Amino acid sequence: MSAQNTGPGPILDVRDLRTQFFTDAGVVRAVDGVTFTVDAGETVGIVGESGSGKSVTALSLMRLLDEPSRIVGGEVRFRGADVLAMSEDELRAIRGDGIAMVFQDPMTSLNPVLRIARQLVEIMQAHGRFDGEQARARAISLLGRMGITAPQRAIRSYPHQFSGGMRQRVMLAMGFANEPALLIADEPTTALDVTIQAQILDLMVELNRDFGAAIILISHALGVIASVCRRVLVMYAGEVVEEGPTEQVLASPRHPYTWALINAVPRIDRHLPGTRRLTTIEGAPPDPLAMPSGCRFAARCPFRISKCDEHPPLDEVAPGRKARCWVTKGNEALPQASPPPPTTATIRPKSEKSATEPLLSVRGLVKHFPLRRDGLFAPRKVVHAVDGVDLDVEAGETVGLVGESGCGKSTFARLVVRIHEPTAGRIRFAGHDIAQASASAIRPLRRRLQMVFQDPYASLNPRMRVAEILSEPLRFHGLTGTSAETTARVDELLVSVGLNPKMATRFPHEFSGGQRQRISIARALALNPDFIVADEPISSLDVNIQAQVINLLVDLQEKFQLTYLFIAHDLAVVRHICDRLVVFYLGKVVEIAPAEDLFMRPLHPYTRYLISAVPIPDADAERRRKRLPLVGEPPSAVDPPSGCRFRTRCPIAQDICADVPPPLTPHRTGHLAACHFAGQF
Amino acid sequence: MPQYILSRLVLLFVMALLATLVIFLLANMVPGDPVLAQLGDLAASNKEFVAEWRAKWGLDLPLWQRYLIFLQQLSHGDLGISIASQRPVLQDVRDFAPATLELASVSFALSLIVGIPLGIMAAVRRDSWIDHLARLISLIGVSSPTFWLAFILLAVFYGGLQIAPGPGRIDSIGLPPPSVTGLYLLDSALAGDWATFRDAAAHLVLPSIVLAAATLGLITRTTRASMLECMQQDYVRVARAKGLRSRRIVIGHILPNALIPIVTLGGLAYANLLTGAVLTETIFSWPGLGRYTFRSAVSLDFPAIMGITLIVAVVYLIINLVIDVSYALLDPRVVR
Repeated sequence: MSAQNTGPGPILDVRDLRTQFFTDAGVVRAVDGVTFTVDAGETVGIVGESGSGKSVTALSLMRLLDEPSRIVGGEVRFRGADVLAMSEDELRAIRGDGIAMVFQDPMTSLNPVLRIARQLVEIMQAHGRFDGEQARARAISLLGRMGITAPQRAIRSYPHQFSGGMRQRVMLAMGFANEPALLIADEPTTALDVTIQAQILDLMVELNRDFGAAIILISHALGVIASVCRRVLVMYAGEVVEEGPTEQVLASPRHPYTWALINAVPRIDRHLPGTRRLTTIEGAPPDPLAMPSGCRFAARCPFRISKCDEHPPLDEVAPGRKARCWVTKGNEALPQASPPPPTTATIRPKSEKSATEPLLSVRGLVKHFPLRRDGLFAPRKVVHAVDGVDLDVEAGETVGLVGESGCGKSTFARLVVRIHEPTAGRIRFAGHDIAQASASAIRPLRRRLQMVFQDPYASLNPRMRVAEILSEPLRFHGLTGTSAETTARVDELLVSVGLNPKMATRFPHEFSGGQRQRISIARALALNPDFIVADEPISSLDVNIQAQVINLLVDLQEKFQLTYLFIAHDLAVVRHICDRLVVFYLGKVVEIAPAEDLFMRPLHPYTRYLISAVPIPDADAERRRKRLPLVGEPPSAVDPPSGCRFRTRCPIAQDICADVPPPLTPHRTGHLAACHFAGQF
Repeated sequence: MPQYILSRLVLLFVMALLATLVIFLLANMVPGDPVLAQLGDLAASNKEFVAEWRAKWGLDLPLWQRYLIFLQQLSHGDLGISIASQRPVLQDVRDFAPATLELASVSFALSLIVGIPLGIMAAVRRDSWIDHLARLISLIGVSSPTFWLAFILLAVFYGGLQIAPGPGRIDSIGLPPPSVTGLYLLDSALAGDWATFRDAAAHLVLPSIVLAAATLGLITRTTRASMLECMQQDYVRVARAKGLRSRRIVIGHILPNALIPIVTLGGLAYANLLTGAVLTETIFSWPGLGRYTFRSAVSLDFPAIMGITLIVAVVYLIINLVIDVSYALLDPRVVR
């Protein structure tokens, strides 16, 4: 079939592609002269931050763009035929047949009111490859191939009955249904947990090998690209700025933007204790409505020279390697990165074990969420979100909570700041019991206990100016008397998070995601808290902005002696900034350890799987290490397994694991694990 | 699914019982004395006569007793005797309801058959002439007052062009078809009397257009908005990436999602058509429930008011049940 078409020349040849958005404010050159090729069976990654034009490039290849975006120039040849010149009918014949596409969000990519079977079968029927019965049989076998258990039953389900990971498997089944020559995957794992991401990435590698389909993988994460793609394109401000074999590009980039991308990401396999700051580049991508005439990266580039006022071409710097940079024109390597010095030159005081009580002490914390009854007289079921957690946090510590989504880490955070009321258990904060305390009893403590939320778009009131957002807590708690004092404090807060005080009169929508997260942090800081709970504060941000926010959090901690409870699904980040880590699984803590110890010598099998699932932005390292495949997905928290909750996915589970829940016991200093066979995996 | 429907039915029964209580209390607590409204001034000044009259209609009993009697009668299908017409309320309703049911149903069908396709076309061909037409129609439909629209249509098609018949359900010289359901279209078709069928249908044209106007406008507008919203969804882009024909994408992928909000609107609109036809019925001399209700209200005919209100309440409850069930059929996420 089509996949066998491995004739001479590339199957996809893109030349000088230009896609523009015709907005009211002006023309945005989203894709501005992109040229690349993909050979049959090849794996190519496109990496870049949001707005770099990588997704628009992908959509342009299949002409799937909606108004007001239009392809205004260039050529896209698929197996020699010009896609941009095709009629609607010719185009339809290619879509889903020669070229298939998998999108970012599996939760919204499947039609919620149609059964899986129908959605899988129609793509095969639409191209006349299989009739109804054949298509159905093939759909079932594809689902099985994608690792979905009981595919005969699964095919009769509706999308909402599937988890995100399973839906992405369905999308992949759909993608491979007609054995396309090219699969375009646009951020296919961004919305998934790291363990599920590892499964999907492995699956893509296998499918590339078995079906021989070429893959274009689009991602903002270099680690994801490194684990699948042989070649990578780096996009910035609508242009390709670097292209080359993945391992070479990652090991020794030839464009300062690639260099910055690589250095902004903490690496899970490599960490120097004591360095908590990351290398960042200042500023933001250029205004797409007014691109600079010279190099588009020059304004942020640490290596810029006077020649950068001219727009550099994408030239070959070495065989198979191209870069759009004057500095590396002669194939010069860029220097090793060193993180910038902290703004305040204080050494972080090592939190000495004091005899006094820890700042936060949690014992036997339980939170059950009741579900709606199935029927009028059916028993009420509950979600065991947090099921008996003990944890102490010392003043000045940074404690990280990690685990897959649904493991209870966010619920735990919300219990600690008493957004939720615990079902049972004790929470002592600064010597006060707050687990069952009334709202008015907690209020004075709220000053000392603040929270930063995940989504900077949803957590700031769009109708309030920044000044109002920041002054509201000040006035509510009576921290500032006069309005002059309030204004002064608001200015001070904005400066401390690296924003200009003049921005106080603006509304949240006038800021970028990273700036909004800075405002959220400023709001949390307004009351001079001791303790900040940060629930995935960086997960919705681009890598460079992530690094900036991490550096800010680290600086603020040193400046104000803050204690952090830091929730993240990115283990590399957590390792980078946390002193101690707590691993959650299905409402229980399975391991607590100092960060270094946990990564060097994990005791619980689940922790080992989690660490192993994190992709490393280094093609060499990716190839050398053997990834441990954690199979399946977490069981339902409504009806958790007896005994050890991890036993259903654990390779070393024994009979005892089903009968006796393993207690959380110390194995080394400060290193606790809840496993009957700790360290034996 | 059966369990879902069962639980909805139990709920419906409880709500209906609650409705009887509310209706009973409301009817008995409005200021105004039915005795004075029904009897002439002379008779009302005769104390003995008034007392006898009160006893006859049970108005001298305590409130709770009257409620229990009301419920007991209700369980036999007895809605009481209308004070004004001196006939069982159920009998009155049986006479007047079919006219309204026929008019409302035809209007409802008209607004769905025109409104949904128009809304779909308007959304698919956004900013084309058909979109502008759809917007104009919904604007006129929603914003023109019933009486104005009725008079214009009557003046043009009945008075001026003389191509539409006048008010009433059939020509004054014609005879209604033998009554089976009370719906003239159905009854005449059952009797094979096609002349009467044509006559009844012709008489329905203007009033149903007038009655449907607002609903049609709403349905067109909602369909268009709902379609446009669903078109933005990721699964539509996925469907395009699969290489499906656009007709199939619209009908097979977008429409099933876009219909979900229209079900709610449609159900409530039908209930509104059934109960809100007073003005249209009056203008077109339509012998329906709306006019009967109006008459009962001005004469404080409590048994009639209670009976009709109860029927309306039950109709609303049943329509809500239908909405809930269709919701569950359209959207698999509703029932687990």
